Amino acid sequence: MVHAFFMIDRHIVYDSDSGAFFELDEISYDVIRLYIDGKGQRPSVELLNDSVASHKTSILELQEICDDFDSIIAEGTLFAAPIEYDYHHLYPDQPRIKAMCLHVCHDCNLRCTYCFAGTGDYGTGHRSMLSVETGKAAIDFLIAASGNRKHLDIDFFGGEPLMNWPVVVELTHYCNENGPKHGKDIRLTITTNALLLDAEKTAFINKYMKNCVLSIDGRPEVHNRMRPGIGGKPSYEPISKRIKAFVERRRSDESTYYEHYVRATFTRHNLDFSEDVKHMAESLGANQISVEPVVAPEDCDYSIHESHLPAIFDEYEKLARYLHGRRAAGEPVNFFHFNMDMSNGPCVYKRLKGCGVGAEYCAVTPEGDIYPCHQFVGVEKFLMGNVSSIHSILDENKHLIEGKDATDILDQDTLQIFYDRLMPNRESCKTCFARYHCGGGCAANRYFSTGSLDEEYRVGCELAKKRLECSIWLSAASADSQI
Amino acid sequence: MKHIKQIQKATVKVPSSGHACGECQTSCQSACKTSCTVANQSCEAIQ
Ligand code: SF4
Ligand code: SF4
Repeated sequence: MVHAFFMIDRHIVYDSDSGAFFELDEISYDVIRLYIDGKGQRPSVELLNDSVASHKTSILELQEICDDFDSIIAEGTLFAAPIEYDYHHLYPDQPRIKAMCLHVCHDCNLRCTYCFAGTGDYGTGHRSMLSVETGKAAIDFLIAASGNRKHLDIDFFGGEPLMNWPVVVELTHYCNENGPKHGKDIRLTITTNALLLDAEKTAFINKYMKNCVLSIDGRPEVHNRMRPGIGGKPSYEPISKRIKAFVERRRSDESTYYEHYVRATFTRHNLDFSEDVKHMAESLGANQISVEPVVAPEDCDYSIHESHLPAIFDEYEKLARYLHGRRAAGEPVNFFHFNMDMSNGPCVYKRLKGCGVGAEYCAVTPEGDIYPCHQFVGVEKFLMGNVSSIHSILDENKHLIEGKDATDILDQDTLQIFYDRLMPNRESCKTCFARYHCGGGCAANRYFSTGSLDEEYRVGCELAKKRLECSIWLSAASADSQI
Repeated sequence: MKHIKQIQKATVKVPSSGHACGECQTSCQSACKTSCTVANQSCEAIQ
């Protein structure tokens, strides 16, 4: 699908099937729009004649532009044939659960207003900690469920995982011992609000965790408004200090891993969130940043509505300019949502299958309950099973008993619901220029905002498309400045 | 081409094996996770 757009100072045309894009001037931009109207056909002389006057050009020049577009089309770069893929080839055998969000703690030491986890207890009124025993059963389940997949991912999540630190340490060692025994490479991530982050924990995370996600909402007043401590106390100061120290050490030679993100959530109250990105880059020294829209019920006073989209689009453009300026100055900041690998990236199947909720990815609570993902925790109708059942189908060496499959312990109807939703077959996705970058969006966002796993969540879609335009614009701007 | 500048060439997206290997990282997009969006990931098969 061909998409032409103008952003900031550039006219761009992008073909989602070939992945190619071009920067155009005003005249060729108008010409490509005629091609798009004609579904890839060269515009007639009459149509071109209409453009002659508005651009003070000659029909000859327009014909030359058409010749150029015709040869680009002939080589299959614009109006490319749709990518041929076969959904039967999406999985070599069948979808395999190979990633887990492990809730080491359903408690939190902050009281963030927008917390989808009900400030830690997932709306249960019951705060709890994962035990080592249940954690090990969860890891055994993941290893068994992953079949012949080698690369597994576990995210230590909460509530606030640092509140149950000894269990994180023990389970990390358990992964490192047991993964290789079963031929698995288990990659660990921790997502934290940083309040309990000290030198010792930092050293451990830097040694063992492939990725670390640290939450702070940017400028002090923005952060304190949405992320207060218990009793409403401002939390910016201690958290910013700890994140700054962490980032410095993560980027130093002492750390085995580099990957990390300093991340924020923006709400209706800070639609000027590019200022928060600047703050995180300039005051906290972060160069891996993510700032993402809150997903909340329509009637919340901080939720984002369609009416906020124009302001958010402007802000994304501002941010793109800022990021370009940083790149040009030799101090690049990697902004998660604009970080798309345009020249390479994953295969078409990966691009289409999206997050793998409930089919390749699951969440496990401190009680061992298995849900399709962290956002669905507590939604009883999507409860899939409990990791304690895994013991009945493993032998003493933790290998599956012959004839058993780890997914046998899961509710088969729920599993099927999520298997059926692996590919973005929705009509709106089939004709969307962002489809190979978006992967079909977030099922939980759709569910919580529309009540259905399949209904289009328009705000999410519009933002996904705008971010893709920003990424393309940044590539074009970099190409211009040869950076 | 005077009026058209190519920034990005076409990219091949179908794996040479013809099917997915299933090894790449999952890609949760929700605000609290920031694991990975779909298109910024590298392919495990070609690493
Ligand atoms: S942006 Fe929306 S319509 Fe487009 S691919 Fe993503 S979910 Fe589908
Ligand atoms: S449904 Fe949404 S929150 Fe859940 S794993 Fe997928 S992208 Fe993430």
